[in-house]
Amino acid sequence: MITPRYHREIPQRHRLEAGKCKQCGHISFPPRLVCPKCKSKSFETVNLSREGKILTFTIIRVGPDKFSKETPYVVAIIELSEGRSANAGVRLTAQIADCDVDKVEIGDKVKLVFRKIQDEGKSGLHCYGYKAVII
Amino acid sequence: MIGIVGYGSYLPRYRIKVDLIAKQWGADPEAIKRGLLLYEKTVPGQDEDTITISVEAARYALQRARIDPQKIGAVYIGSESHPYAVKPSATVLIDALGIGPHVHAASYEFACKAGTEAMYSAYSLVKAGEMEYALGIGADTSQGAPGDALEYSASAGGSAFIMGKENVIAEILFTNSYTSDTPDFWRREHEFYPRHAGRFTGEPAYFKHILNAGKTLLEKSGLSPKDFQFAVFHMPNGKFPLEVGKKLGFTKEQMEAGWISPWMGNTYSGSSPTGLSAILDVAKPGDNIFMVSFGSGAGSDGFIFKVTNEIDNVRDLAPKLRDMLDNDKIYLDYGQYAKFRQKIILNE
Repeated sequence: MITPRYHREIPQRHRLEAGKCKQCGHISFPPRLVCPKCKSKSFETVNLSREGKILTFTIIRVGPDKFSKETPYVVAIIELSEGRSANAGVRLTAQIADCDVDKVEIGDKVKLVFRKIQDEGKSGLHCYGYKAVII
Repeated sequence: MIGIVGYGSYLPRYRIKVDLIAKQWGADPEAIKRGLLLYEKTVPGQDEDTITISVEAARYALQRARIDPQKIGAVYIGSESHPYAVKPSATVLIDALGIGPHVHAASYEFACKAGTEAMYSAYSLVKAGEMEYALGIGADTSQGAPGDALEYSASAGGSAFIMGKENVIAEILFTNSYTSDTPDFWRREHEFYPRHAGRFTGEPAYFKHILNAGKTLLEKSGLSPKDFQFAVFHMPNGKFPLEVGKKLGFTKEQMEAGWISPWMGNTYSGSSPTGLSAILDVAKPGDNIFMVSFGSGAGSDGFIFKVTNEIDNVRDLAPKLRDMLDNDKIYLDYGQYAKFRQKIILNE
């Protein structure tokens, strides 16, 4: 049963809520209790931008059970635009949706979209979150 | 002035051509295309449903409305493919878009007119002074049984409309609804595909309700078809909306901008709302828009909109419908389509 964990992660998975250090401006995603740069414990909540670029990626051709019907698919590490502007290095991992897996390239510009990530079986919860599409 | 302050639509990138569906079931593709005026339709990705479509459409509506999401007092999503039988689709949407939690939220269902129901409720709440803004959405990942006539048209997409009083882009001048107990199309609890009464879905259902709602709406307004620049009707196929529009006195030129079903299919609750969205993408200040939806069961909701100067400030703030319809398409073969629409029986 993943319901409690899914519920806890909704602010990040649905709205991209991150923690911005009030002392040094470093953005942590997901939020942390202590800033990894300056050790401050004071944060403000910010919503990340939904655009970025692919830093690196892999093509999954043999997926885990819940994703085995979606293969082949791409999972990428994406640097969001905050990373470039504030040098805060905001990166996240996401599936690249609606793409030809053989045409994805490092440096492709992407935007984050709201998609279903997985189901808890036939009668369980639908779990939503972010994926990326190439723009 | 009360009306639409922001609008947005979303269509999946996947498509299937009507030819492939016809070929699969031994039908003549040319006869289907000629008879229904349908050429291709949208198909939802494996990770898309009414909730994800609604979120993306509403995100674009917020971009155009340029308002604080916290000021939205109600969110209604009309669909006949809500992912949950019990848990409103809007509960997921509000969290994704930063609306609420002090917000009224509900799922609506009235076959293909659930979207205009949501719009009507949102408009009425703002008009009553209960809230500053309200959001009405029509979206569907429509079901059609394999081999059934519905399979040629049942598609995916949706549109969202934020109603408000300030910076209105399309004022709502008049509304009218017409409802009766007409068993033309239904889906019983726990059934996956809807059933319909074949030709009975035409004259006694679609045409009767749209014509009655539309004629009374014209009488209420004191306007005639020639007073409108645009008209849009529910689009179960490509043929019916042109026929019903002609019966009401509208020309093909008035219907052209919102007539998207030949390339989109029938997005059920998102059908006429998405046609309206395509019209708003090209309408000019001062234009009048005539709109009547239809939902089996059966009923029609009619609206008359007057476009304001504000449209020119918001039109380009989000993707336009025709761009989504015509570009970046990924075509599926019937096998891929059957997999995407979960028409193949799998082991757990």
